[in-house]
Amino acid sequence: MNIASRFNVLPDDRQTVQFTLDGEIVTAKQGISLAAALLAQSGTASRQTVNGAGRTAFCMMGVCFDCMVNVDGVPNTQACMVTVRDGMRVTRQIGLRPLEGSNDV
Amino acid sequence: MSECDLVIIGAGPAGMAAAQTAAQGGLSVVVLDEQPRAGGQIYRNVGENRSKHAWLGKDYSAGAHMVDGLDHPKITTHFGATVWRLEQGHRVVWSQNGISHITSTPHVFLAGGAQERPLPFPGWTLPGVMPAGAAQILMKTAGMLPKDAVLAGSGPLLYLIAAQMIDAGTPPKALVETQTPRMMLNAIPHLPRAVFGLSIMIKGLGLIRKIQRAGVPRYKSASGFNAAANTDGSIAFSFTHKGRNKTLNTDLVLTHQGVIPSTHISRSTGVTHRWNAAQVAFEPTTDIWGETNVSGLHVAGDGAGIGGAQAAAAAGQLAALNILHKHGRLSADARTQKATSARATLFRARAIRPFLDAAYAPPAEVLSPPDETIVCRCEEKTAGEIRQGIDEGVTGHRQIKTSLRTGMGPCQGRMCDATVRGILIASAGPNADPIAPPRARTPIKPVTLGELAAMAAGPDQSS
Amino acid sequence: MGQPEITIIGGGVVGLSVALGLLQAGHRVRVLDGADSDARASQGNFGLVWGQGKGWDFAPYANWTVDALAAWPAFSKTLKELSGLDVALDQSGGFEFFTDQREMDEFSAMLNTQQAHVGERFSHEVLDGDDLRSQMSGIGPNVVGATFSRMDGHVNPLRFLRALRVAVTKLGGQITSDAHVAKIAAHQQGGFDLTLTNDDKLGADKVLLCAGLGAMTLASDLGFRTKIRPQRGELLITEKLGERLPFISSTVRQVDEGGVQIGGTKADAGMDDSETLDVMAGLARHAVDVFPALASVRVIRAWGALRVMSPDGYPVYAQSTQHPGAYLITCHSGVTLASMHASRLVDWIDETSSAPNLEPFDEHRFAL
Repeated sequence: MNIASRFNVLPDDRQTVQFTLDGEIVTAKQGISLAAALLAQSGTASRQTVNGAGRTAFCMMGVCFDCMVNVDGVPNTQACMVTVRDGMRVTRQIGLRPLEGSNDV
Repeated sequence: MSECDLVIIGAGPAGMAAAQTAAQGGLSVVVLDEQPRAGGQIYRNVGENRSKHAWLGKDYSAGAHMVDGLDHPKITTHFGATVWRLEQGHRVVWSQNGISHITSTPHVFLAGGAQERPLPFPGWTLPGVMPAGAAQILMKTAGMLPKDAVLAGSGPLLYLIAAQMIDAGTPPKALVETQTPRMMLNAIPHLPRAVFGLSIMIKGLGLIRKIQRAGVPRYKSASGFNAAANTDGSIAFSFTHKGRNKTLNTDLVLTHQGVIPSTHISRSTGVTHRWNAAQVAFEPTTDIWGETNVSGLHVAGDGAGIGGAQAAAAAGQLAALNILHKHGRLSADARTQKATSARATLFRARAIRPFLDAAYAPPAEVLSPPDETIVCRCEEKTAGEIRQGIDEGVTGHRQIKTSLRTGMGPCQGRMCDATVRGILIASAGPNADPIAPPRARTPIKPVTLGELAAMAAGPDQSS
Repeated sequence: MGQPEITIIGGGVVGLSVALGLLQAGHRVRVLDGADSDARASQGNFGLVWGQGKGWDFAPYANWTVDALAAWPAFSKTLKELSGLDVALDQSGGFEFFTDQREMDEFSAMLNTQQAHVGERFSHEVLDGDDLRSQMSGIGPNVVGATFSRMDGHVNPLRFLRALRVAVTKLGGQITSDAHVAKIAAHQQGGFDLTLTNDDKLGADKVLLCAGLGAMTLASDLGFRTKIRPQRGELLITEKLGERLPFISSTVRQVDEGGVQIGGTKADAGMDDSETLDVMAGLARHAVDVFPALASVRVIRAWGALRVMSPDGYPVYAQSTQHPGAYLITCHSGVTLASMHASRLVDWIDETSSAPNLEPFDEHRFAL
């Protein structure tokens, strides 16, 4: 399954930034949250629970913790509470967070 | 440790209005908000958007002047600032960029707002199912419009989002509404009072007309929601409508069943809470000024009971006036005099609530969903497992939590507390004692051991 | 069905462990459990199955604890058979970490005394910081050393409580919730009448008071002289980790689900079970000192829990002299001792030929 984004992104004159998601380059509008950028990029899961269920950002306001991803080696980062930055290294989190560092393959 | 006259937690309409009133009255004010910018959820990102996205409506862009009001020499704002502990007395402990700070103050105004009521049903955890309010945040903050989405549930916000989507040129595929004729009948006795909030009523009717004119199909009195993932990642959203099972295939299901006060901070600080049966939620007990049983702590806005943005702004002003009075800056008479217009606004905005609460009441199956539904998203615990726990003899929220781990994940119960309570009440029967609100502990939001350790006193601070 | 011959007041770890043992011995048992909001030491506990330091100045307790450690594997197996729940017993050995040399020296001396009481049945080692770091990677530079005992370990504390409740029910024990005893009247000819706060009346041949801090008033009504006091311990628990920590310790330990529990503080704060900022920060500091990689791990919840303390901190197993058939059973290490409470304590209540000598635990050791 690799569904395209479930959202239309309105064209505007904002600058863009580039970050990597599991090593692939993603372009996003400057100033938006990482969760929004991930949802704009793809409709697929941004993490897997310990039972293997796919999840994406859900509440978008810092409440539900479903949007947790690994950002620059920091696991369990709430993507909806982080603004996208140029050069950010984002990896999807599979299962529970590791003790240290990223769970990059 | 820093100091000020007043700490305001939350920069939504209540917090922004209070900050402005308090600063104009001469108090030094610190405003803390978790989000990157002022506005709260209702005016999210309005300072950036201004009137750029006309489809968000005039009521939204009107919030920009409140954001501008924070630009005052007596107001210091900290964004991306998460309050994780509030001590009586008061010390406010908050985290920003991985460092915790303590602000000491005689007065705290808690304007933490609301969250959407979790609407659990089988499949609500799948990618492609989101709260409608979350989609609205994406519209406001990222210019992202839901594609061909199905809106499911009920409540004024559902209609507002549908109208915004229509105006933005991406109308919803359908509205699947949980409202029943019985709910509407229950609401009718509240109509005479609701007339005081006539402008809100008229606006609401306008939204519904817009949805009808746009030809969006509406499935009313729908029940039995179920979402399943298709192989292409789209969602097969099924429900029962007029006795038949109906399935809609869509990329996105946006659910909404009203909002409930965010009470973690107020509960953790020792504020008494009461059960609001009409709004089916706990709320802090306050007087008209937002004053609580905890000395020096005011709570108002949606965090003290759902009333909407206008009511929140008015209640924020009232709280600030009372704080000015308590701080010796305003006599009791002057406070009351200055409160006249805010009290009138609050009265009008609240007049319509009983009607809305009854008309868009959460159905029984939302409060106590079927066995296979995941209730605790963090720990992936189902309604059936909770019922099994009840069969094992536990009688309350805390024992459910300790025996099943519901509410023990990072969201700290924000996504499951309401449903656990609903299941407990449904299993105990209608005459059962009300189940007390679950206790909230610090940290109110997770904080790293390293950040916490850095706060430890001691001579040999390790680097 | 006739009235239960034994009524246990208190549905926490202690009451349910004894209930389990009594049911297995063929008694009819009723457990009166309190309300959801009562002080429940069993819901705040740390899950240690632990010997180090226990009874260094009181030989009977040192021996009773070692007996308990030895009996745990069989006990957890029985629990699993009865409840279907695995309490995740891990007795692969436990550490006490120290960041202060003087504290470590004092504790080592205590362990030597304890060792002398129990002989071969217990063993311990003392490791200095460098030894420890060479054996186990990740231990922080501020750790001056550790003691280790190979019998120590832990269980999942909350699953243990649930397993006890399920097992007791499965064996026919009757657990009544929201039951608070207002009054106990003893019959001349033996037996008791209990009146609950909701006016329900119950009869029992024997009454076991296992209500922890809730036993204070009833204990004096039944003629017991033990004064039980609360001692607050604060705890932190973190988000779950996908990996295992390489150790179990009495202050930092990982639950089998993945979260790390940090605790071990003591404070006299009456019935106030709040968590405090200074203690939370101190606990975090300790955890990061012991295992610096924990610094990036988030605390999800902090809480205070009230330990149930007798005047000398040791268990009390006493039968009322005024009202034979009424027992006071109270202790603070209810998890470690559960394996004894479900077995040999029952022999003592039943006065069988194999009953242990629990006379040293009687309350006559406390002055009037």
